[in-house]
Formats: sequence, C-alpha cells, structure tokens
Amino acid sequence: MHGSDVSRFAWGALRGYPTRTLLMLVAMGIGVAAVVVLTSLGEGARRYVTGEFASLGTNLIIVIPGRSETAGLSPTTMMGETPRDLTLDDALALTRSYSVRRIAPLNVGSADISWRGKQREVTILGTSHEMLAIRHWGLSQGKFLPATDLDLATPVCVIGSKIRSELFGAQRAIGAWVRIGDRRFRVIGVMGSAGRSIGVDIQETVMIPVASAQQLFNTPSLFRILVEAKTRAAIEPVKKFIIDTLQERHQGEKDVTIITQDAVLATFDRIFSALTYAVGGIAAISLIVAGILIMNVMLVAVSQRTAEIGLLKALGAAPRQIILLFLSEALLLSALGALLGLFLGQLASMLLRRSFPDLPAYAPVWAVATALLVALLTGLLFSLLPARRAARLDPVLALSRR
Amino acid sequence: MISLKQVHRDFQVGDQVVHALDNIDLDIADGDYVSIMGPSGSGKSTLLNLIGLLDRASEGHYLLNGEDVTTLSDVEQARTRNQLIGFVFQAFHLVPRMSAAGNVELPLILAGMPADQRKARVAKTLEALNLTDRAHHKPDQLSGGQRQRVAIARATVTEPAVLLADEPTGNLDHKSGSDVINILEALNKRGITLIVVTHDAEIGGRAERRIKMRDGRIESDTLAEARRAR
Repeated sequence: MHGSDVSRFAWGALRGYPTRTLLMLVAMGIGVAAVVVLTSLGEGARRYVTGEFASLGTNLIIVIPGRSETAGLSPTTMMGETPRDLTLDDALALTRSYSVRRIAPLNVGSADISWRGKQREVTILGTSHEMLAIRHWGLSQGKFLPATDLDLATPVCVIGSKIRSELFGAQRAIGAWVRIGDRRFRVIGVMGSAGRSIGVDIQETVMIPVASAQQLFNTPSLFRILVEAKTRAAIEPVKKFIIDTLQERHQGEKDVTIITQDAVLATFDRIFSALTYAVGGIAAISLIVAGILIMNVMLVAVSQRTAEIGLLKALGAAPRQIILLFLSEALLLSALGALLGLFLGQLASMLLRRSFPDLPAYAPVWAVATALLVALLTGLLFSLLPARRAARLDPVLALSRR
Repeated sequence: MISLKQVHRDFQVGDQVVHALDNIDLDIADGDYVSIMGPSGSGKSTLLNLIGLLDRASEGHYLLNGEDVTTLSDVEQARTRNQLIGFVFQAFHLVPRMSAAGNVELPLILAGMPADQRKARVAKTLEALNLTDRAHHKPDQLSGGQRQRVAIARATVTEPAVLLADEPTGNLDHKSGSDVINILEALNKRGITLIVVTHDAEIGGRAERRIKMRDGRIESDTLAEARRAR
C-alpha cells in the first residue's frame, strides 16, 4: 500500500463523516489555540516587564549613599552619625575599573523654571552626558547635555516635552534662555516622548549638568551614582569594585547601598517564565482531553465501520494495514485540528496585540512547537487502541453484522 | 485446486460446543462450478469462509494449490486472499463513501499496485461488467443489480483463481438475480473456480456440481455420487 493511497483513504474517510470530522477539528483546534493564546499572554507579560526594566538601563548598578540594612547595634547607630555623602570625586573614582562602561551622577531637586512670564515648578535632574545612553532615552529635538568634565557647571538644560509645550507652546525652544531658580540656562534639547521611566516622568523634568545642579541646590553631595557594567557577568565584580573603592575613599566605612537592576529583572523574568509554563501546561490538558475525544470518536468509527473493516480484510488487508489506515485517519484529523488551532491561536494573539499595543503577545516558538507535537502525539496515542481493535475484528462476524 | 482434509470447525456458544463443520473432506478442481446448499445453520457459510481464508479450521488441513494454508500467518493469509480469492456477498458490502470505481480499486490499492496500472485495470473490469457509465456513481445512486455487479467487479479485478459467492442473489429481485448468476457463470466459463452458497434450489441447481450440507456434514455431493455410479 502506497503512502499517497493511505492518506487518500484517510482523507476520504474524514470527508465521508463531515459532522464527526468537524467536531473533532474544533476540539483539537481549541486545545492548540488555548496553548498558543495563553502562552503568548504569559510571554507578552514577561516581555512587557522585561522591557520596562530594560528602559531603566541594562547591566545597571545604582549606588545610594547610606546603608539601608540594619546590622544590629554598631558604633555608628550609637553615635547617630550620618553617612558620608557621595561626591563627584567618588563618581569619578568609579570610572577607573575596566569593567565599567560608563557612569552618570544624579542629583535631584526641585526649582521654578520661567520663560517670558510663564513659570512652573519642575523636578531638576542634575546629571551628565552619559545618562542618555545608560537609560536608553531619546531626544526629539536638539542635543543632550555636553560631554564635558563633571565639575564644569555649563549653563545649559534639556527639557521634557511636556515642559516644552507648557512654556513655549508653538514657539521655538532650542536656543532660548530660561530661568531656573536664580540662574539662567540655555535650552539645548527636548526629550523624546519614547523615553519611559518607572517613577519619574521625564517629560516633566528638566536636566542640567550635575555641577550646575550642585551650585543651584548648594550641595556637594549626589543623590545617586548610576554605573553601567560592560556585561551582565561583570556586574558582580563591578559591585565589589564599587564597595571597595568607596570604602577606601570613605575611611574604611561601608556606607553605601548598591542595587542592581538585573537581580530584580532576573527574578521577574523567572516568575513570568514559570507563569508561562504553568498556563501552557494547563492549556495542554485541553489537548489531552481532545486526545481522549479522538479516542472515543475513533472507537465509534470502528464500530460504525465494522462492515467496512470486515470487507477490507476479505479483500486482503493485513492487520497492520488496517492499523495504518486508522492511525493515518486519526493523525490527519489531529494534524488538521492542530493547524486550525494554530491559525485561531495566532489570530487571537494578533487581536490581543491590536487591542493592547503595549503587550507584545507573541506565542513563544517552543510553545507552538510543543502544542503541535502534543496534539499529534495524543491523536496518535489515543487512536492506537481503536486501531488495534479494528485490526483484531473477526472478519466473519464483522461482515455478517448489518 | 482446493483440498480440505478432515476439517473441523467448532464454535463455543455459551458452555456448549457447536460443530459448525464436522469432519469435512472436499476437493474442488480448478475451473469447477460448485453450489453449496442446505438449511441455515448447516455450516455452508462457515465452509465458504474457511475456503476464503476468513476463518481458520479448528482441526484438519486446507491445501490451496497444493500449499497448506492452515499454518500461514495472518499477513500471508491476507496476501493469499488478495491474490487468489474474490468474495461476493449477499449485502454487497460496498464502501458507501466511495464511487463504484473507488470500490473496485480497493483490492488493488491493498496489493500496492501503482496508480496508473490500477486505473487501466479498473476501467477494463468495469467495462467487462457494463458499468463504465456508472464508474463515478456512489453506491446509493445504483440499483441493487448494479451494486452487485460493482461487487463482482471488485472481486474479479485482481484476477483471482477462486470466486466465492455467499447468497449473491439474496437481496435482489428475480431479474437482477438471474443477471448476476449469468455474469458469474460467464466468469466461470473463462476459467475461474466458482463456488456459490445459496438456499435457492433453482440457482443451486444450475451448478455442475451440487453439494448439500446438514449439521456441519456433507449430506450429498453430485460428483461423489457420479463416481460411485461409475
């Protein structure tokens, strides 16, 4: 018996019982579609969260002055000593490691900004040229803060797009002189709307060079130092380097707290991956259910087509050929059902992406492949029993029954 | 050449053993035209199924063309059935979803014949039975006589040596019935061994050799009687 004949026979059998075939296709289709949609939701959520974190910066290490952990009673707690400030020199010292790609100091304060009689209070970020690359921000107009020495207090500023529209409206902002606090700054750039950030909306901030911010707020200290390591693997050594360097510079005091974004990110990544596996697994149960349905339907088919099986035997079909015919029928059924499910699932994922553009709901390849494989395997496995029953039918009894 | 030697076929019905065939000795030569008659339950269908390799003897031996087929495996028996034996049933047993040509093609598909050769064979066989214009009709679009002719085409498309017909006219009116018998007899004239099981005395009487069965035994056999008379 040739392969093409077997598939033609199976196809004919499926078309011969359209209601049965359609019901099975729907059952299998829903199973596969469920796996595709649920895993694409899980994967979408994972990617969304990962993306949010990546927009904060990759391989990012944040240095905060003061120790956040309480290590019981120590001389410092007894004496109530305030932690040493982080200074610009501290920040510069951190650039000396080979594993550090770039650093950016950060100072935060609030001040009034005014231009031609319009005034509002804004959050001021004192930072440096490197900040743009570390945080993956974009500009819509002009340039970011210039790459100068950190202690150079250049009177320039970059404003958020919301500030621009509130102060300048339709007028040109680049090159204009604004007043921030008691100083004058020239606007050299406007932040792009693509820049996202958890917490602070950069569209409502104004960025100035860190030295200018220190003058403006009359403080020598920094709020944060952002350090970007060259690779993910370099994060741990860089952490150690930062602690050692700052301890040395602060007369042996370990008085900084270090947060790595990636640790948090990795945790979220693991949680969402586990979630995706879990919903995928739950959806896969529906595939098993579809498999059992296929078994039922094939058993019914065997008893419905008893006479046909008897006839095939009388015409000289060996038991193995009968098994082959019934297995091919089930396999074709589950393959078509799986394809239908894949189509429905991808369609639903697409509609999801259309409705929630922020959610990248793409089903992962492994989930799609597993769903298809499980569909075919269950179809095959659960039709083994009916096929063997068909092959074992006594032809005399099968033919005499009507 | 069909040769049964001391063949028994027992069925277990409940706690009772029924002897469907009880010590049958039977030789049928190539090209013979044999009818097997008898009341229902006399074992005539069992005998036919056994000759057609659909059933196995509980005891005894069955030689087909000199080869002992009682000991063949399922696969070998299936192949022998496909190549040497054609069946015609009372209930036709056409596959309802397939056209007449599709039904006739089935044994060739099972034999693994390539598609182009099959087409020619099917067309030739359908033509011989005057069914060319019905080739693409489904069984439910055919009359009873036409259906049985399709079934005969299917039984003969492999050019078997033996044609086994179990009540071939049982579901047909008189006219179609005699048409079918004429076709079967014409095939027999061209050399095929024809064995017809029937309880219709008129049809059974047309065979050259007539066997009557009762309670699993051969009650009378015209050939044996002729030999004895000689």
